[in-house]
Amino acid sequence: MRKLTPYFLLIPTFVIIILFIYTPAFNSFKMSFFQETYFGDKKVFVGFDNYIDLFSDNEYYNVLKNTFIYSFVSVGLTIFLSFLISQLLILDLPGTKVVRTLIFSPYAVSPAISATLWAMLFTPTAGLFSYLFQITFNLDVKWLTTKPYSMIAIIAATVWKMLPFDLIFYIAALQNIPDSILESSLMDGANGWIRMWRIKFPLVTPITFYLFIMNFTTTMFSSFGIIDIMTRGGPLNSTTNMIYRLYLDGFAFQDNGLASAQSVVMFGIMSIITYLYFKFVEGKVHYQ
Amino acid sequence: MKIKNRWTFIIFEILLIFVGLVMFAPILLAFFMSFMKPSEVFRFPPKVIPSSFYWQNYKEALKLVPLGRMLVNSLIVSVFITVGKLITGVLAGYAFSNFNFKGKKIAFSTLFVTLFLPAETVMIVPMFLLMKSLGWVNTYYALIIPFTASATNTFLMRQHFRTIPLELSDAARIDGATPMQYLLKVLLPLSKSMIGGAALINFVYAWNMYLWPLVITMDDKMKTVQIGVKMLIDAEAANNWGTIMAGTMIALAPTLLIFFLIQNLFVKSLVSSGLKG
Repeated sequence: MRKLTPYFLLIPTFVIIILFIYTPAFNSFKMSFFQETYFGDKKVFVGFDNYIDLFSDNEYYNVLKNTFIYSFVSVGLTIFLSFLISQLLILDLPGTKVVRTLIFSPYAVSPAISATLWAMLFTPTAGLFSYLFQITFNLDVKWLTTKPYSMIAIIAATVWKMLPFDLIFYIAALQNIPDSILESSLMDGANGWIRMWRIKFPLVTPITFYLFIMNFTTTMFSSFGIIDIMTRGGPLNSTTNMIYRLYLDGFAFQDNGLASAQSVVMFGIMSIITYLYFKFVEGKVHYQ
Repeated sequence: MKIKNRWTFIIFEILLIFVGLVMFAPILLAFFMSFMKPSEVFRFPPKVIPSSFYWQNYKEALKLVPLGRMLVNSLIVSVFITVGKLITGVLAGYAFSNFNFKGKKIAFSTLFVTLFLPAETVMIVPMFLLMKSLGWVNTYYALIIPFTASATNTFLMRQHFRTIPLELSDAARIDGATPMQYLLKVLLPLSKSMIGGAALINFVYAWNMYLWPLVITMDDKMKTVQIGVKMLIDAEAANNWGTIMAGTMIALAPTLLIFFLIQNLFVKSLVSSGLKG
């Protein structure tokens, strides 16, 4: 009986993941080699046609470019800003506790709601951000509907939403740096700015890498809400990234074969990320 | 680190307060705007503080979109996903931490692979077709059941159970306790705070889901509050941001309140688990 116990314990988890992760993953792979006939009544095996269609379409390269710009700029900015702000939060200044709560608050805000808040700030008629930009630079920009400002707007919302997550990890990591290391650098006469980038930043490299990967997956997959609410991929598809395009092909245009081929491409990217994560991060990050 | 120079201290203090205000500003401004009359919303230059509490925005938002019902849906979905994930995670984590069995390695890697198959986004088309064939489109089943198990939760529980000495399990066995009795009476009580933290993070994750509820629910009565906010934007052709912000506040309040009340638990569990909310 005791021998069978572990198997019983695993049944619930495995029933769920086989039915709802492995089955659709397998179907995705299969569907990527089929096309539905014009009337949608029959599926025809087409080999790699969906992949060829995808990669011979210039629009898909545009999507890859958008994904690349959106993800790397958002992630880079988030990591840079959160590392800077984390320095302020470990100084034990008066009121840090209250300010910390305010700074972390976007963590409790969903991507969809972040998008709504930022759409409000960027709206030309009532948005405070639009107004401040106008009085500072005397430029009347239609943020959500013109290129390249719409990309800047979704990046702003994304950075704001991701920042607390990174900040929490940086604060934990910085507090783990032994005082002796920092004190010896003070003796050597390194000033605050140099100490921050030459000593502290290298010491938290594993955390930075962990955050990079976590943020990258967020911008790849969970960004959908932000894009759907703020720009709907526009103007002229300039903010359409991979997940948004997958949604359009799958649900607006109902091209399941093409959408599935995109799923497989995204699996590929996700596998590389996971591989990198375990090669470089797991085991090197000490959370506590 | 203590700052010795007075001017440095003042500059850093100002910076700290500035960053806090900038980060909180979108939420605060939305809160203020949710009480503004339409004439105030479009005032130029923009007003920050409303002249009075104009509750009409909230009434209007609730009239345009059934946000109350959607809140209940979000609550049902989030609670069931959280409970489901905790139960499956505890059981599987216990199997991996306290037992040696044939196929353990294969089972572990099978679970591990799912880390790079985010079902709610990447496999959305076959997931949708699967739900269609099960007849689950537009039901709670579709919103809840596929998400009631996850590798991250299992690994988290396993990690935690491993920190509890196996001698305890041996002692319990000698005393005649069954494996389930040991789990329920010894392991779980020792894991309360970790499970509490995992519950929080899972709850927020489920509450914030967007793409899956968007495609799988047709009927307004089945939609979650995240989708409700988008519907409100679509319904407000005149872009009455006061009304939209009122709806946004309704959708945001539950997680924000939980966050303000138990921020420390949030932060601790997030860092210790490395989980992505």
